Amino acid sequence: MWTFFHKLASPPHFYRIAPTFIRIFAIAGVVLTAVGSWNGLIEAPIDYQQKDAFRIIYVHVPSAYLSMMAYMIMAVSATIGLIWRIKLSHAVAAAAAPLGAWFTFLSLATGSIWGRPMWGTWWEWGDPRLTSQLLMLFLYFGYMALRSAIDDPGKADKASAVLALVGAVNIPIIHYSVYWWTSLHQGQTVLAGKMPPEMLIPLLINILGFTLIFAALLLYRVRSEVLYRERRARWVRELVAGQEAIS
Amino acid sequence: MSDTLAMGGYGAYVWSSVGLAVIVLILCAVLALRRHRRVLRDIGMQLRATEANE
Repeated sequence: MWTFFHKLASPPHFYRIAPTFIRIFAIAGVVLTAVGSWNGLIEAPIDYQQKDAFRIIYVHVPSAYLSMMAYMIMAVSATIGLIWRIKLSHAVAAAAAPLGAWFTFLSLATGSIWGRPMWGTWWEWGDPRLTSQLLMLFLYFGYMALRSAIDDPGKADKASAVLALVGAVNIPIIHYSVYWWTSLHQGQTVLAGKMPPEMLIPLLINILGFTLIFAALLLYRVRSEVLYRERRARWVRELVAGQEAIS
Repeated sequence: MSDTLAMGGYGAYVWSSVGLAVIVLILCAVLALRRHRRVLRDIGMQLRATEANE
């Protein structure tokens, strides 16, 4: 078991075995998302309150869930890198940030489109759920800006890890914001078990599908990150020289 | 079919959300591929630069 993890954390080994997982995750993710979306958008019954507008949930909830998941991955792996100095974990943190930012943007945009017909407004300043989610987008931007502003990779890893860790306070705030304060945003639906199965199952399929697509994208980005960080290592030089000889 | 597209009057909201999700996911994939190609190119250039120096 431990030798498996130890080998996995070795950059050349990771670089070699990652494509197999990327392919499996990407294909399974796209298939599941297609199935979940078809069932959610077309087959699922109409909501008695929100009518067909509720169907935005099938893209909004998966993207919102992953925007927070990406932050957790970023903060936890940055911390692991900080404490145990595992090279691969800083690469994971750096790779998670741009993806997290994109999924946060998607959750904000689809939430806004959903808010227009349901709340009568695209955006409400000061709303706790909306504001804390927007803050997370800025935390991702700050994290990426800080990384690119520091030339020394070791220092960039450390400084950005501290930022990621401090910003993690925002995660429970996003999650519990709809309980702690009054928010336009509806309370929990999925975890509270308020959805009938013909609506819930397509949503769970889409959450799993989005997660697999995210995992494929993350592994792909970690792979590039590992390659760049190891650019002076012998295995990378041989690999790049070999690829250039082919093309 | 047209009922599905209309979504009881919410069609513009539902389908723009879905379309945006598709665009963002494709964009994420394209950006990841581009980043990888750029890293490979940069390392190749560095490799040739060091070879030229030696």
